[in-house]
Amino acid sequence: MDNEKTLTYEIMNVCLLAGKIMLQSGGETYRVEDTMMRIAAAFGIENSHSYVTPTGIIFSAEGAEPTKTKLIRISSRSTDLKKVAMVNSISRQITNGEINLEAALTLLKELEELNVTFPFMIQVAAASIASGCFMIMFKGEWIDFIPSMVTGGLGYFGFLYFHRYIPIKFFSEFLASFIIGFLALILIKIGVGSQLDKIIIGSVMTLVPGLLVTNAVRDLMAGHLVSGLSKGAEALLTAFAIGSGVAVVLSFL
Amino acid sequence: MEILGQLITSFIATAAFGVIFNAPKETLVKCGLVGMGGWIIYYMAEKYSGDSVVATLLATLFVGIVSQEFAKFYKTPVIIFSVAGIIPLVPGGLAYDTMRNFVEDDYFHAIALGAKVTLLSGSIAFGLVFSEVINQVVRRIKGGKVLKI
Repeated sequence: MDNEKTLTYEIMNVCLLAGKIMLQSGGETYRVEDTMMRIAAAFGIENSHSYVTPTGIIFSAEGAEPTKTKLIRISSRSTDLKKVAMVNSISRQITNGEINLEAALTLLKELEELNVTFPFMIQVAAASIASGCFMIMFKGEWIDFIPSMVTGGLGYFGFLYFHRYIPIKFFSEFLASFIIGFLALILIKIGVGSQLDKIIIGSVMTLVPGLLVTNAVRDLMAGHLVSGLSKGAEALLTAFAIGSGVAVVLSFL
Repeated sequence: MEILGQLITSFIATAAFGVIFNAPKETLVKCGLVGMGGWIIYYMAEKYSGDSVVATLLATLFVGIVSQEFAKFYKTPVIIFSVAGIIPLVPGGLAYDTMRNFVEDDYFHAIALGAKVTLLSGSIAFGLVFSEVINQVVRRIKGGKVLKI
């Protein structure tokens, strides 16, 4: 009886760890719930319930013994699609019966500690190239390509840099968009760029919460009302931060 | 020439977004292709119909369906392809214009633009959900199962 109890707790640990990594890396709500229930079923817990919101996971497992429930708190969220893919492949291995409980737990623990992000400077370079390309896509002139690369790159650099020291995302986003607006204004004044609007739009595209807004509406449509609303609130806050950062600069005009 | 420029820039921009979102290295080119396809559909549809909401809906439908197929084929989560694919369609420029009008005390235009932004992001989400539904229906019909409603 005691053995069975600890076994259930261990299975729940694996499920919750998988769910936690996925949610922190930007996985969709329904995918997190689905993955956790699949893992539980693969280990023999047929009846399990999961309740996932962007800030926490509640998971309960029914079995022969009284139902057990665990709660896990999620405090930080980022977008790291590689980790989502890796958890997905681990859960696939579990459901195919390729790895057992202990192996799954060690794999997930390793994955949680692992840092698989691209190097800092490569991210900044990608943001800078993306800013230039977005400026063209929004019907800008090729003459503004280099200026928007500069503003977008430095803005994103600022975002990542501030985010290390200020844990509140709102302020790093605000400062980053302030930098973008300010640099774009300077570049226009010294005559390097031609269209202020296009340069700023192209550059802030790397910060806009497009993913969050879409996920929020998607969650709402799928019936995950709490996660949809809270993601929407997060997106609104980000949009407000970006808008007000640029707005401060524009009010100098 | 103009379209060629759009093709190249949308490909690079989407792939670069893949890097920012830390998509696995081997999927970056596919992300770029999904984004490029979606953007070109949006660009052409917007040019000929003049309605950006319909154009966004068409483009997201394409992105959604292609992402589902890619995800099935490469055994990776759908989100990797769909997120990168919809990034060019996100109404960032309009959101910026909205904010700018608010700052310049032109609330009338700001509210109108804000409504447009809401409509556009709604149509992105709708396109994604709709493509998922299409995919599920096709799968169920192929599997010979009756739809449970």
